[in-house]
Amino acid sequence: MKITFVAADGTRTQVQAREGDSVMHTAVQNDVDGIIGECGGSMMCATCHCYVDDGWTEAVGGQEEGESDLLDCAASEVRPTSRLSCQIRMRAELDGIVIHLPESQL
Amino acid sequence: MQRIVIIGSGQGGQQAAASLRQEGFSGEILMLGEEPGLPYQRPPLSKAYMANGDAGALLLKPAAFYERSAIMLRDGVRVTAIDRAARAVLTGDGARHAYDHLILATGARNARPPIPGLDAPGVVGLRSLADAERIRRRLAATRQAVVVGGGFIGLEFAAMARAAGVGVTVVEATPRLMARAVSPEMAAHFLDLHRAMGTELLLGVQAAGVLTGAAGHAAGVALADGREVAGDLVLMATGVRPNAELAEAAGLACANGILVDATLATADPAISALGDVAAFPGPLGAPLRLESVQAAVDHARHVARRLVHGDGRPYAAVPWFWSDQGKAKLQIAGLLSGADHSLALPQPDAAPVVLLFRQGRLAAVETVNAPGIHMAARRLIGAPQDSLRAHGYDLRAAVKAVSAA
Ligand SMILES: Cc1cc2nc3c(=O)[nH]c(=O)nc-3n(C[C@H](O)[C@H](O)[C@H](O)COP(=O)(O)OP(=O)(O)OC[C@H]3O[C@@H](n4cnc5c(N)ncnc54)[C@H](O)[C@@H]3O)c2cc1C
Ligand code: FES
Repeated sequence: MKITFVAADGTRTQVQAREGDSVMHTAVQNDVDGIIGECGGSMMCATCHCYVDDGWTEAVGGQEEGESDLLDCAASEVRPTSRLSCQIRMRAELDGIVIHLPESQL
Repeated sequence: MQRIVIIGSGQGGQQAAASLRQEGFSGEILMLGEEPGLPYQRPPLSKAYMANGDAGALLLKPAAFYERSAIMLRDGVRVTAIDRAARAVLTGDGARHAYDHLILATGARNARPPIPGLDAPGVVGLRSLADAERIRRRLAATRQAVVVGGGFIGLEFAAMARAAGVGVTVVEATPRLMARAVSPEMAAHFLDLHRAMGTELLLGVQAAGVLTGAAGHAAGVALADGREVAGDLVLMATGVRPNAELAEAAGLACANGILVDATLATADPAISALGDVAAFPGPLGAPLRLESVQAAVDHARHVARRLVHGDGRPYAAVPWFWSDQGKAKLQIAGLLSGADHSLALPQPDAAPVVLLFRQGRLAAVETVNAPGIHMAARRLIGAPQDSLRAHGYDLRAAVKAVSAA
């Protein structure tokens, strides 16, 4: 399955993802700039902040418990489509998902 | 500055290299690491990796990152000496590498208590990927494991081993779990959790030696009080020692780590130290050595800003830490040391939230499975107790009030 990352400057990068891996993990392992994931997905850093593309918000579903508190600490603007990418796991319905990256994570 | 050499390619060394480039350093970066392969994360070794064995998932960055960032990584290379007069390091393969600045990120290694039998097959430590691979291979054939040391790594392993159906006994010398790093209230909560997982926990008793059975293989642990605990795998998890010998041999001041100033520089202006090996001025004045991803990463960023921009501000990041034990995610903000007052706030059907104060100010907060409260706590470390009491100790409300003001 695939994920397309759109950087803050509009650059698009498509990468291959494994089912069950998080979007954060997929970005890091594919050297996508713009997602840090400092805590390795332990919901402790908010450096994996992303915006889910409007066309995909429904498929992705809502935030996990505590996610909004972490997003409060994110470096870039929080929008209704904001998520922690470490909490989005890849599954068949998300094949082809488009993820927008924030200006900065620190 | 032309050339920066980093010794150690762990969490801190890798971050230093990455941050130097992020801050705009355009000279050469050479990272010398004793372990084979690309830099990886250690935390999952005692957590997810024990269950899934996925080594690829541990990498901090893929190979492409080092190429495009022009970070030269020499793996499997041990630095054997630092020649400060000539500003060069010597490696085990006989090479000599000159530096304009040297970053020591050599981390720590497992402590070995002075008890007999530690060399018996079946006795293991858990620090590196190689250690974790060895343990995973053995675990499949293990029925009963003994963990010596009731700290984070021992307890994380115990939870993973129980989940894999292995019987576990934990032997801890002090009267409570994680004694160095968590409050008595939280330690008591985790004692109950591990008992509920079916782990046997023996507190306040020292391991006196490893028992061996057929062909010299580990068969258990002898305790100082004469009891014996059977087990075919013995995990020694009794803390770590900083890898400071290299610095010490080069004449740099060391005392439980390499001593650095508030900017993380040693007395030699051409040498900095960071991460597990660095003893830096803590909030109580005394040198402080932390063993955490947060410290390694924040130290590295701090050193990079100083080297690239000449930023001389003192290091003052709020410490944070986590430990996953079974379904319980323990998160700690701040530092417990020196706390003189604690407040355990009971939560309905959940672990307590423990607030620790030092001289009337919030010093640390412990939570379990409550990332929201933890994140609020990180922003409130140092706040006067009165200001929190005014919000009924609801940290999220207190943070909102602070940011609104
Ligand atoms: C099993 C385990 C679980 C952990 N879980 C957590 C957790 O949940 N949360 C958390 O915050 N922290 C955790 N930690 C701690 C965290 O991983 C460390 O604090 C962090 O790795 C420190 O980074 P460092 O760069 O200082 O040292 P390290 O990552 O240890 O890297 C040091 C590197 O230097 C190399 N080296 C040493 N001497 C030389 C030499 N002479 N020449 C060349 N290379 C050398 C070493 O081989 C090593 O690769 C855990 C650690 C372990 C082992
Ligand atoms: S990776 Fe740290 S919160 Fe997502």
